[in-house]
Amino acid sequence: MGKTLLQKVWDLHKVRTLPTGPTQLFIGLHLIHEVTTPQAFDVLRQRGWRVARPDRTFATVDHIVPTRQRQRPFLDVMAEDMISSLERNCRDFGIPLYDVGDERQGIVHVIGPELGLTQPGMTIACGDSHTSTHGAFGAVAFGIGTSQVRDVLASQCIAIEPLKVRRIRVVGRLPRGVYAKDVILTIIQRLGIGGGNGYAYEYAGDAIERMSMDERMTVCNMSIEGGARVGYVNPDETTFKYIEGRPFAPQGEAFARARTWWRSMASDADAAYDDDVEIRAAELTPVVTWGVNPGQSIGVDGKVPLAAGTDQQSISDALSYMGLRAGQPIAGMKVDVAFIGSCTNGRLSDLHEAARIVRGQQVAKGVKALVVPGSVSVQKAAEREGLDATFRDAGFEWRDAGCSMCLGMNPDKLEGNQVCAASSNRNFKGRQGSPTGRTLLMSPAMVAAAAITGVVTDVRELLEEVPAGVR
Amino acid sequence: MGADKIQIIEGRALPLRGDDMDTDRIMPARFLKSITFEGLDRHVFEDDRLEAKRSGRIHPFDEPNYRGASILVGNRNFGAGSSREHAPQGLRRWGIRAIVAESFAEIFFGNSLMIGLACVTASVSDVENLMSLAERDPTAVLKIDLKAGFCQAPGMTVRVSIPDHVRDTLMTGAWDTTGLLLDNYEQVNAVAAKLPYLSGF
Repeated sequence: MGKTLLQKVWDLHKVRTLPTGPTQLFIGLHLIHEVTTPQAFDVLRQRGWRVARPDRTFATVDHIVPTRQRQRPFLDVMAEDMISSLERNCRDFGIPLYDVGDERQGIVHVIGPELGLTQPGMTIACGDSHTSTHGAFGAVAFGIGTSQVRDVLASQCIAIEPLKVRRIRVVGRLPRGVYAKDVILTIIQRLGIGGGNGYAYEYAGDAIERMSMDERMTVCNMSIEGGARVGYVNPDETTFKYIEGRPFAPQGEAFARARTWWRSMASDADAAYDDDVEIRAAELTPVVTWGVNPGQSIGVDGKVPLAAGTDQQSISDALSYMGLRAGQPIAGMKVDVAFIGSCTNGRLSDLHEAARIVRGQQVAKGVKALVVPGSVSVQKAAEREGLDATFRDAGFEWRDAGCSMCLGMNPDKLEGNQVCAASSNRNFKGRQGSPTGRTLLMSPAMVAAAAITGVVTDVRELLEEVPAGVR
Repeated sequence: MGADKIQIIEGRALPLRGDDMDTDRIMPARFLKSITFEGLDRHVFEDDRLEAKRSGRIHPFDEPNYRGASILVGNRNFGAGSSREHAPQGLRRWGIRAIVAESFAEIFFGNSLMIGLACVTASVSDVENLMSLAERDPTAVLKIDLKAGFCQAPGMTVRVSIPDHVRDTLMTGAWDTTGLLLDNYEQVNAVAAKLPYLSGF
């Protein structure tokens, strides 16, 4: 019987079974940021501990950094305080920091892969639930809380219970206008937002294999929205090609050896899975969320559900928060804000897809539209191609890299009960910084379409007007 | 480190109805903008509480009868979403010592364990019975015995579940893990030494 990638990585990184039962697992790469670490460093200081592996710890700033007016000190005193605290901690403990002003700064889950830090067969941890993103490379990547950040800083290990593996095979060709974001939103909708509890999701099937690394990252990123702490794709040529030549990638002969090893870490053909699910790509449509969790979604040509069945209470609660009527079509719903960015969809290919829709068009009157590249590197690459001008000419704001409007921890926030078409990952009540703000999750191309028309729009209608050229 | 040993949690209950209670609701992101966890107790469910106030309702966390309650009773998939430990930290600082729910989101469950906040599950009907009881009689005292796997309340005893290792961890006070992970560190170094990516392949 063969093994899954998860089992192989687990076995290789297992230190021991702790007396209390869980596994002590070595962490190969620890990524840290300003929000979930200060209290952990405090404990290290109090107890006189060092950082066990500063050589395997990398820091950046993303959650609270403004995406314009970035001169220091920040206008927000608390934000300034947090950044200064991370700077001090990195200095004192010898950890490299990609700070504001550094070309390597960006959302932690965007820069890890960009720098070549994220590699197949690794264990990765970060105090952020979207750490699952790194699984796109065939790494096993855990989102952790601050007490576990403390554990990793002090010991480079976490205590964790073994996970089951559910393979999700996406088979067949994705129709035009249907993106990686629609694939993962569909998976979450079908399996439920708690469906992945206790599982790692292995994404497989020819549709996944054809995906670029950017697309695989989008899928793995939202594993946690399906309740799965870990999601991964087996590494292949697409993975290796992406990594080759990046700053932290192995060079020359070491790369050739790495490639052989990386390949050996992929799940064996005869591996056993705890569960197996198949999704037919051809059936998928562009997806939009209508409710207050990422599982409450429908096809853009669908109607908002009736409050019925066992979920009656949560549906009617969500509809009332969103200001929607049961049975109403989601297409045509007015939007006030369009947000393209985040660790889910803030990469260069996301901006390409959005730009195809936007080029030569104008943002609808009354809509505030912004594009926030996921990293300085994405920003610079986009600017070299003139994408910033494309977006600006259409009436979008072009911002600096950060988490921005995904989570309401920086100046980019919804106001009142604004409706936001968002390429980010969570539509929880209040998520985008206004306690009554409303979020509609969708692909970046769909956000671009909504920005141009001012309402939720089926991007497939606009794509017909755009010259073909994508898959 | 002297972490407390936790076996019995006794106190009044605070019923909080709703599935998929996410950590953005438990602790809105703006309150994460601090370098300490201090004061988070004041902001637990802040936006939900304001919303309740606006619509003329009283949120359980504002209901005077539930002040001082130490056992939260919730529904399905409690603590979904963001890994922010600020959510269980806020609840614990408010005074919550245990949560009984139909199910928990994984990261929230782990974060709670790390700070000695006991999360136990009960059946849908038992959760409903506990909630109704707490709504009828906010003075009712619940007693969770982790070892026995029961929650006693006036007029009822319900079975609660907790994975064995979590129960043992809480009961032995081993929920403060760092010390444990630093033991036998040569074993950790041995694992690191055989990782191809740490030795240039």
